[in-house]
Amino acid sequence: MSDHHTSSQASAQSGAVPSSRRRFLKDAAGVAGGAGLLALGAGLYARQASALPATAIRPPGALAEADFLAACVRCGLCVRDCPYDTLKLARLGDGVATGTPYFEARKIACEMCDDIPCVAACPTGALDHGLKEIGKAKMGLAVLIDQENCLNFLGLRCDVCYRVCPVIDKAITLERIHNPRSDRHAMLLPTVHSEYCTGCGKCEKSCVLPGEAAIKVLPIKLAQGSKAEHYLRGWEEKKAAGESLIGKQVELPVRGLEGKAYGDTRVAPGEGPAAGEGAVPDYKPPSRPGGVDSGWKP
Amino acid sequence: MSAQGTFGEGGRKLPPTSVRGAARRGVAARPGREAIAAKGWLPAYKWLLLRRLSQLGILALFLAGPWFGLWIVKGNLSSSLTLGVLPLTDPFLLAQQLAAGHWPYREALLGGGIVLAFYLLFGGRLFCSWVCPVNMVTDAAAWLRRRLGLKGGKVPAGSTRYWLLGFVLVAAAATGSLAWEWVNPVSMLNRALIFGFGLAWGIVGGIFLYDLLIAPRGWCGHLCPQGAFYGLLGRATLVRVSADRRSACNDCMDCFAVCPEPQVIRPALKGVGQDHPLILDGDCTTCGRCVDVCGKDVFRITTRFNRSES
Repeated sequence: MSDHHTSSQASAQSGAVPSSRRRFLKDAAGVAGGAGLLALGAGLYARQASALPATAIRPPGALAEADFLAACVRCGLCVRDCPYDTLKLARLGDGVATGTPYFEARKIACEMCDDIPCVAACPTGALDHGLKEIGKAKMGLAVLIDQENCLNFLGLRCDVCYRVCPVIDKAITLERIHNPRSDRHAMLLPTVHSEYCTGCGKCEKSCVLPGEAAIKVLPIKLAQGSKAEHYLRGWEEKKAAGESLIGKQVELPVRGLEGKAYGDTRVAPGEGPAAGEGAVPDYKPPSRPGGVDSGWKP
Repeated sequence: MSAQGTFGEGGRKLPPTSVRGAARRGVAARPGREAIAAKGWLPAYKWLLLRRLSQLGILALFLAGPWFGLWIVKGNLSSSLTLGVLPLTDPFLLAQQLAAGHWPYREALLGGGIVLAFYLLFGGRLFCSWVCPVNMVTDAAAWLRRRLGLKGGKVPAGSTRYWLLGFVLVAAAATGSLAWEWVNPVSMLNRALIFGFGLAWGIVGGIFLYDLLIAPRGWCGHLCPQGAFYGLLGRATLVRVSADRRSACNDCMDCFAVCPEPQVIRPALKGVGQDHPLILDGDCTTCGRCVDVCGKDVFRITTRFNRSES
């Protein structure tokens, strides 16, 4: 209506018949520009907000985040079929792409159902139906992120994260190590193995610390570095080949270490060059925290 | 448009087909008065009540599960599963998904096909008036606008929605994600009602205020790309509104005042550019409100093949 008004004004000023084609082009450009700006805004917002918060874990079988955001139609069928109310749909303002499913391990962890009902419910393939065994799921990776407050790292026997792990002794093991503080106890350190961890979050959920957990499930991208493909791991190569790749090496004796295994250069107290003649002036053997050769390496 | 010239400040003789003229005469504030007097209250609200029943009933089907444990329909309007067998998927979402480069599973394609076939057959924008929850919001804004007598505003061109639809698909292709679904008020309100609101109130409130204060029927009638998508589906649809008793029209303008897409009425009612009384424009949502508010029973809902006039 207002366009009509302004164009008739313009034609009255110029005294010419307004070109309907020019008016159409002008209107179309305005309309298209406005619509384009709106869509551009939506697109930029989507792009900018697509960074997933580290505590938001996708359901099992979820495609990589970029593909997931193309595949998920935000219908919530996975949420409906989750028997433990673990999954929820992101609401506007939750920081996760609006309407997409996620869970927070510290609130409700994934119970790792054998039949994976959430994956079966997905109509679009945002959750990959190729995932048949929940043990192969990679929702995230547990990381014992706070070694200062973890009770096991303080030398206590909490072990809760290890005990609740559905893949106990594979995904989380307790690694025994000397406690250098007391020098007479062991520390059993919960250790996550990425090969077996599904990212279910039971460990994070059960961590006994009052607020934040010492062990957290993170998106794999955050939890893991990239593998250094250009470094060959000698011990793996040796195992694969059945023998050392460089063949048997000539073992030359080392003076003073004749009684030890080849390559063992550690010196126990009382061993080594005697004080007196030939000794290094003012040399004192390094003091060891444990008083004995504990083998503790920080 | 041609009527515009005769409409001037303080002009007494207002053209019979001008919505603003009708509003000036005070008729548009309460359209349907004549119809209530002539037909009674219930017939004058028949289609509106049926539509509200449909809109709320569909929501109730989705909510019966989470509220009462009656799992009839799971999911939401984007994609759902009825009684564990019938998949339904919004073809507008599938279109975005394909543009973003993801080929969905058979369930979604089958569900999308069923929905597509339904709307192609019975009327694309049936979705807008009989299913979409945003319709209740914008209807409320339009009602309040009439009651408050708010006039004018800055209305974008009606074709903006088609451009926006195009850009939504372009944005999906460019970002490789369902970019529009981050902000789409249609799916967001439906999802919010079923799964929880969060800040979605803001977007719904924004649309209400936009329709109320800035652009009458601005969202559903001019901007919504999802409505545009269904409008395209409705170009050759079976169920249509016909002004088959147009000879009885007394130019009260009530239909123009309530119609969410008033431009679709004129060709049928006044015979502008066509000789039959059918409203064939894809923008018509077949809401039936014109049928309700007409005191002279000019309109009825029929098929596109019924060109008869009485």
